[in-house]
Amino acid sequence: MGHKGNAKTKENASNANAAAPNADAADANAHLNTPTRLTGAEILWATLAGEGVTDVFGYPGGAILPAYDALRKFPVKHVLVRHEQGAAHMADGYARASGKVGVAVATSGPGATNLVTGIATAMLDSIPIVCITGNVSSKVLGTDAFQEVDITGITLPVTKHNFLVNKAEDLAKVLRHAFQIAKSGRPGPVLVDITKDAQQASAIFDFEAAKPRPYQPHPMLRVEESGLAEAAELIRNSKRPVILAGHGVMDSGAMEQVRTLAERAQIPVGLTLLGIGGFPMSHPLCLGMMGMHGESWVNHAIQEADLLIACGMRFDDRVTGKLTDYAMKAKKIHIEVDPAEINKNVKVDVALVGDLREVLEQLLPRIGTRNQGGRDGSVWLKTIEASKGAVTVRDIKNLPDLGHLYAAHVMHDLWRMTAGDAIIVTDVGQHQMWEAQYYKHEKPRTLITSGGLGTMGFALPAAIGAKIACPEKEVWVIAGDGGFQMTAAELATIVQEKIKINIAVINNGYLGMVRQWQEFFYERNYEATPLVSPDFVKLADAHGIPGRAVRKRSEVEAAVNEARSSTRAFLLNFMVEKEDSVYPMIPAGSALHEMIRRPEQDPLEETAEDK
Amino acid sequence: MLHTFVAYVEDLPGVLTRVASLFRRLNINIISLTVGRSERAGLSRMTIVAEASAEAGHRIRASLFKLENVVDVDDIAQAPSVTRELALIKIAATPQNRGQIFDLAEVFRARIVDLTSESLIIEMTGVESKIEGLIEILREDEGRVLELCRSGKMTMRRGHHLSSVVRAMGVSEAESAEREAELAPDIVTGEVE
Ligand SMILES: Cc1ncc(C[n+]2csc(CCOP(=O)(O)OP(=O)(O)O)c2C)c(N)n1
Ligand SMILES: [Mg+2]
Repeated sequence: MGHKGNAKTKENASNANAAAPNADAADANAHLNTPTRLTGAEILWATLAGEGVTDVFGYPGGAILPAYDALRKFPVKHVLVRHEQGAAHMADGYARASGKVGVAVATSGPGATNLVTGIATAMLDSIPIVCITGNVSSKVLGTDAFQEVDITGITLPVTKHNFLVNKAEDLAKVLRHAFQIAKSGRPGPVLVDITKDAQQASAIFDFEAAKPRPYQPHPMLRVEESGLAEAAELIRNSKRPVILAGHGVMDSGAMEQVRTLAERAQIPVGLTLLGIGGFPMSHPLCLGMMGMHGESWVNHAIQEADLLIACGMRFDDRVTGKLTDYAMKAKKIHIEVDPAEINKNVKVDVALVGDLREVLEQLLPRIGTRNQGGRDGSVWLKTIEASKGAVTVRDIKNLPDLGHLYAAHVMHDLWRMTAGDAIIVTDVGQHQMWEAQYYKHEKPRTLITSGGLGTMGFALPAAIGAKIACPEKEVWVIAGDGGFQMTAAELATIVQEKIKINIAVINNGYLGMVRQWQEFFYERNYEATPLVSPDFVKLADAHGIPGRAVRKRSEVEAAVNEARSSTRAFLLNFMVEKEDSVYPMIPAGSALHEMIRRPEQDPLEETAEDK
Repeated sequence: MLHTFVAYVEDLPGVLTRVASLFRRLNINIISLTVGRSERAGLSRMTIVAEASAEAGHRIRASLFKLENVVDVDDIAQAPSVTRELALIKIAATPQNRGQIFDLAEVFRARIVDLTSESLIIEMTGVESKIEGLIEILREDEGRVLELCRSGKMTMRRGHHLSSVVRAMGVSEAESAEREAELAPDIVTGEVE
């Protein structure tokens, strides 16, 4: 492959790609219609382009060099990351924000293994991404050649599927199949490992002929007449029903249907962490987040319920607490697209195994409104309302400014100032739970967070991906001082790509969530949780990113305004209370109702005096 | 309880690992696994026997179907089926004492497939209990069994099914028995053994 004499800067190169694809690129598109002989490397990009990919996140190296060399001919923008974990999280954030398949690229060996955490993160949250890795030439596969690892072996348990391609002629077919697998059924990550010789060899590229066989739904999907009738009957006769809305609500686009069900039958809705956004927080029937850090009334409602209608959720241990004590009084209806989830953790009475939206479309006509003789939910709703008790006054809008800065303040003010309309990308820890409690999401895909794997370091790169997917949206990173440092190198990516995102570091000087567990369950033995950090404002500055430290509640508004009005990325270092805890909390292994409540003199609790 | 699954899988490198890895992830021990070509071009047929709770069958089958290279899965459960195993047993036997082994083989309807002056090999197919019976008797003479090689179980439903019919019949055994009757009332046969 020829050396590019006039080394273009990335900026120029990407502008050229965006503004006026050069003649080569036009050719590449023509190849989508006319079978043409291309190298494997060219087939890779041509196929991605054909699948509608416009952006990829990656990092080059020897085994993927042929692919990088061919990139300039194609209308695909490449974002150079600082660590391959970042590439996988960016692809993931891109997918979560847009609903499209995100793409990450890495070289063999260490490049590929660096992707693994990001792939596992996508796997546990069912996010469609395709990861492309280079590998050594097929002739030396299995010989421990330089930078060879068995990445298909390593990622087998954390991918929905993976492929090893060692022939250029197989590439288009495999890649198209990979996209189909990633986004179909219950979505997930797919890895395609391509040997260097497959990239270098040439083959006839025929995009149309490489089309995968029509998608075969899981053969155990099953929505029977009898099941629907039984479910409708249970709903009609229930006195204390609760809808549990999960990530599947957004994945299947069933927001309308869930809402109709809730409104028609007057059923309150609890959300899982990943379900947030699928049902508007401001809706009168919305109870908020359930589970380990869910509000007391949500968990109590679940424990008291006589019917749970689980929609696109999987009864994770973080939402059920101790299984043997979970919702003992309730019949359970489980509507879920993955048959392997049925009766996995919680035994259900009616399983409707299929796409949530389609199932609800079939179920809804069987459920009448109240004046059509449907159920009257008012007593149950009143009971729940009453159970909120004193905690309902936790409207912290008017909390007195005692000179302290609480993370809850930051979340609340951010919510108010962005009108709940920003894409918020959170890391993992206390700040993640506070965000879920205090930022009231109204729309799908506005909260991006690592739920299943709980991956620290996720927020910053995922936010970059989200912003690239949705350039018109306001994007905020909310990260802890610990997690932020895990992937802070991506600040440089932000600058190189000229990305406008706002970063809020919730700086409590601790690995806060772990400190909280030590406080509650390990006699305050703060082993390895106090955290010395660099001055994040200076760190941002070293990258050419402006920033500001915020120490008081009174400074929050001005600082947020400054960040929002800056045309460049902006970092706010919120120096919050150090030993604050997330309440309520269900200790691991306890039942949902056995929660640790907010302490009496919690400064976050409004008292009559404060008013 | 013992579960028996019959799976049709694509005949490609790495597929066995994917199947095995699934059981490993679920922390389920595979008791035996046989693989070979099937009547369908490009597809191998596996019989997987595993020890797991009664409720685990559904999840195992559902999870197997989620593997991209798995085309069909049948949970045999208690359905009428034929199960066979093959054993090769090498026995220390001299011309002086091999007559007794010949008699034994006769009784068990096993065959002698190799004969040297110090040893012989018995080949036997049958249900597990029969094979185990033979082995037990052979072991009564200490040191006689030199090598033992067992294939693990191979299982096939009785009656006239295509694997695709089994698949269409879906999850529950009762149900599949019902449909079986509907689909081919005259072909579903009784026990023959
Ligand atoms: C990669 C990774 N390592 C370790 C953990 C365990 N863990 C969960 S929360 C947490 C503390 C996070 O601290 P910080 O980022 O400062 O957020 P805070 O809880 O203080 O808001 C840790 C260490 C994790 N989730 N991910
Ligand atoms: Mg912290």
